Amino acid sequence: MKTKNRLRDNISIIFLLILALLFLAPILIVLMNSFKGRFFISDSPFALPNADTFVGLKNYTSGIAKTGFIQAFGYSLFITVFSVAAIVLFTSMTAWCITRVKSKVSTIIYYLLVASMIVPFQMVMFTMSKMANIMHLDNPVGIILIYLGFGAGLSVFIFSGFIKNIPHEIEEAATIDGCNPIQLFFLIVFPILKPISITVAILNAMWIWNDYLLPYLVIGSNYRTIPIAVQYLQGGYGSRDMGAMMAMLVLAIIPIVIFYLTLQKHIIKGVVAGAVKG
Amino acid sequence: MQKMAKKYYAFFTLPTMIAFVIAFLIPFILGIYLSFTKFTTVTNSQWVGLSNYIHAFTDDKNFLNAIIFTAKFALVSVVLINIFAFTLALLLTRTIKGTNIFRTVFFMPNLIGGIVLGYIWQLIINGILINFGVDITYSATYGFWGLVVLMNWQMVGYMMIIYIAGIQGISSELIEAAEIDGANSWQILKSITIPLVMPAVTICTFLTVTNSFKLFDQNLALTAGAPARSSSMIALDIFNTFYGSMGYEGVGQAKAVMFFLVVASIVLLQLRYSRSKETEI
Repeated sequence: MKTKNRLRDNISIIFLLILALLFLAPILIVLMNSFKGRFFISDSPFALPNADTFVGLKNYTSGIAKTGFIQAFGYSLFITVFSVAAIVLFTSMTAWCITRVKSKVSTIIYYLLVASMIVPFQMVMFTMSKMANIMHLDNPVGIILIYLGFGAGLSVFIFSGFIKNIPHEIEEAATIDGCNPIQLFFLIVFPILKPISITVAILNAMWIWNDYLLPYLVIGSNYRTIPIAVQYLQGGYGSRDMGAMMAMLVLAIIPIVIFYLTLQKHIIKGVVAGAVKG
Repeated sequence: MQKMAKKYYAFFTLPTMIAFVIAFLIPFILGIYLSFTKFTTVTNSQWVGLSNYIHAFTDDKNFLNAIIFTAKFALVSVVLINIFAFTLALLLTRTIKGTNIFRTVFFMPNLIGGIVLGYIWQLIINGILINFGVDITYSATYGFWGLVVLMNWQMVGYMMIIYIAGIQGISSELIEAAEIDGANSWQILKSITIPLVMPAVTICTFLTVTNSFKLFDQNLALTAGAPARSSSMIALDIFNTFYGSMGYEGVGQAKAVMFFLVVASIVLLQLRYSRSKETEI
């Protein structure tokens, strides 16, 4: 029985190892091709670079120059960090308020926000981008407000679920001690929300960092985020610089891998918590 | 507390609600209205009744093709992703070495953005197809299976995590009892594990369906709908209707409303289904 199990486990491990290699292969192939000359990529993507095809970091320098990658990274980072901060702060405030103050308005706000989660982006993309344009929100600062509006549904939903399970007694005691609601929220409630705030922050960060269509429509003509910069390289048919493309793909993946490896546990927990989004 | 907080109600809710109304609510209502009009910008609309909805199907076959393509894609993805994810979860819940490293690897593609994923797979798939003298834009069939492979690569690790949570939720006493009664591992899988992870199956199925329906970035990067628009999914078709040719904005918006209704029905179906399951237990 024991030896049979060990044999079965070994087969499983070998199977998993092969599969893990297959999972990593696409990324490794892109990495390998990013060091090959632009005309040696499409025809033989599985060939290792050799003396003729190896170009060092040339693809990286030309790709960064063509797409304005450094700026794109800056815009992506700025928009993601400040949108996530705004979402965590404002939606936790809203969620706490509508959960604790039972009224018709609270119920309406809750259901409006939750209902917005099921609406696909294409439904509002045209009118929203026109609206952003009219209201001068078509810049890296204005788009933060748009992300707050779009992120509100899921974030308020997750925060509310967590807040419902916090006992009232702590807040009542603090009120008796003379806290007003603003002090109460920031000194007592917000620290309690820390674990769920991390979840909300990660979910929104992954969404906003990788988002393509929304920033493309709202700010794409003047400001390129990383996904827009990658898509920009596509250009017209046939004119594409495959070398630069490979280098940009690698540069787009690196921040995600670093982020993932440092915060792995939180990320897996957070992303799966978003499964309710549907 | 209720009274106290009411004075501060606006302070707590207004920032979120202003953003929500500007970014979502007004565009949403305006979107429904505009689907019944002819317009090129938001301000010059003319009421045309249901004509946009009819034109969405009669002007060309693109929308209908996109719906069929998307439905087929969702069906194939649901089956394959669930099978792979469940198998992986089974293997990784055994007490073998290195399960954490494997989980890390399998989950990682889920975090990479759709545009980047699309170009990664375009390179790989074209690299294989070039041996047969074609590329992925040669026929919609290649685009279809390319997207299926891509979607599996992206989603399997995610669904695997949900299944792992489901399998770990099964009490070990139940399995030990079955072992003592002489059940073999196939019987345990069939009569204990699979029935008890059914809630996870429901979640994964609906998640895959809604994700498949909303797929856009991957579709745009991998094939951009080529050849012609035959590998366009619904979301990409709507985008192309809006921004591809002048004068079709109303039709695009009508398509978007129908798309919304389809996605909303799927989600509501899921809610009803999981609620009815909950009351059974």
